[in-house]
Amino acid sequence: MINVGAIKEGYVLDHIQVGMALQIYNDLNLKAMKDCTIAIITNVCSPTMGRKDILKVECPLGSIDLDVLGFLDHNITVNVIEDEKIVDKKKLKLPKQICNVIKCKNPRCITSIEQELDQIFFLTDEEKEIYRCKYCEEKYRSHKRNKLN
Amino acid sequence: MRHLMSPLDFSVKELDSLLNLADDIEKNPAKYAHACDGKILATCFYEPSTRTRLSFESAMLRLGGQVLGFSEAGSSSAAKGESGSDTIRVISCYADICAIRHPKEGAPLVGSQKSLIPVINAGDGGHQHPTQTLTDLLTIKQKKGRLDNLTIGLCGDLKFGRTVHSLIEALVRYENVSFVLISPDELRVPSYIREEVLDANNIPYKEVERLEDAMADLDILYMTRIQKERFFNEEEYLRMKGFYILDPKKMEFAKDDMIIMHPLPRVNEISVEVDKDERANYFEQAQYGVYVRMALILTLLEVQV
Repeated sequence: MINVGAIKEGYVLDHIQVGMALQIYNDLNLKAMKDCTIAIITNVCSPTMGRKDILKVECPLGSIDLDVLGFLDHNITVNVIEDEKIVDKKKLKLPKQICNVIKCKNPRCITSIEQELDQIFFLTDEEKEIYRCKYCEEKYRSHKRNKLN
Repeated sequence: MRHLMSPLDFSVKELDSLLNLADDIEKNPAKYAHACDGKILATCFYEPSTRTRLSFESAMLRLGGQVLGFSEAGSSSAAKGESGSDTIRVISCYADICAIRHPKEGAPLVGSQKSLIPVINAGDGGHQHPTQTLTDLLTIKQKKGRLDNLTIGLCGDLKFGRTVHSLIEALVRYENVSFVLISPDELRVPSYIREEVLDANNIPYKEVERLEDAMADLDILYMTRIQKERFFNEEEYLRMKGFYILDPKKMEFAKDDMIIMHPLPRVNEISVEVDKDERANYFEQAQYGVYVRMALILTLLEVQV
């Protein structure tokens, strides 16, 4: 058993699909949080998932964009930590809109030539987790769906 | 201030008003001949399109207004590297309304976000071409007297043909409309149109490969061109071109009151002998395109006549 110390303030991202913690770390750009202690715990036994990953991030509350996290995988449990205690458990939802998280891959889209444009996607089908580019309506599935398929 | 990016920007009620206005313009052109005196339309065409541009210009001139613009990206400041957003911001100072055609999808939407004047999407890549859809709806309404209770056959390039996608999206809002989708397997309607538009609205449709198999059921046959510019691969284009050719022999299977439509230009998909058939409506369709653009300009400029 490996012990990872408790965090004073920050987030514990639980129920990450096994093997996906590093991807989440990169997609949330946690590398940029240079003053924060981050633990990536992978392949942890889980009664519900078999195996899972966990991310512990010691950081000021509000530092993580939960909308982006919801897009990446809305089944992740977000434990909010204050004074070493869980003060809130947030259920993530697929965000209605995401901005500059993914890039439109349609070579005919205006965003392919006008680089200063924000990459905006709207959730158009919640059940199928489908997002569409604001400009060209190119279809994207949520991050998790893409990984599963 | 309102823009037109997609035919669905207008509700069914608003579309009815627009089509009624176009009908009145057709019947009483003199009444509208000076409706836009002193107004200027800018036609910003970043890719060539003679018909759409001239149709817009004709519409504004027939309303008494004037036009300025460019007909290819090379003669605009885009050639110097200016962004579309900056161009439209400047054009807002020169004109009262603007029609943008651009090969990149979403470019007119970007323009509208910075524009101080109404922007009309005059076609953006393979995405939307709302004024063609308005033209098609007006043609159907004038020729069939209704937009509901129709069986529409769409034939040819249903994969890249944006006019087809927009027309389907516009027509599913009316009662008892069904579609026959006639195309080779490689050029079928994209899955999102089938799933998110047709299936989602419980619209009956069938997909067939042979035109002859569909003809007898149709109230409208909408032909499309296999467009070279939508293919990345010349070989694939050449293989698909000429897959469907409507000729007098195939017309023998059609109802007496079926109408043939085509967004034009045609290449070889409708033989010239069919032009003599009174069911051929594609040249009148181009005329309706002017009336509906006149109605659109008046509506977006909020000009009351």
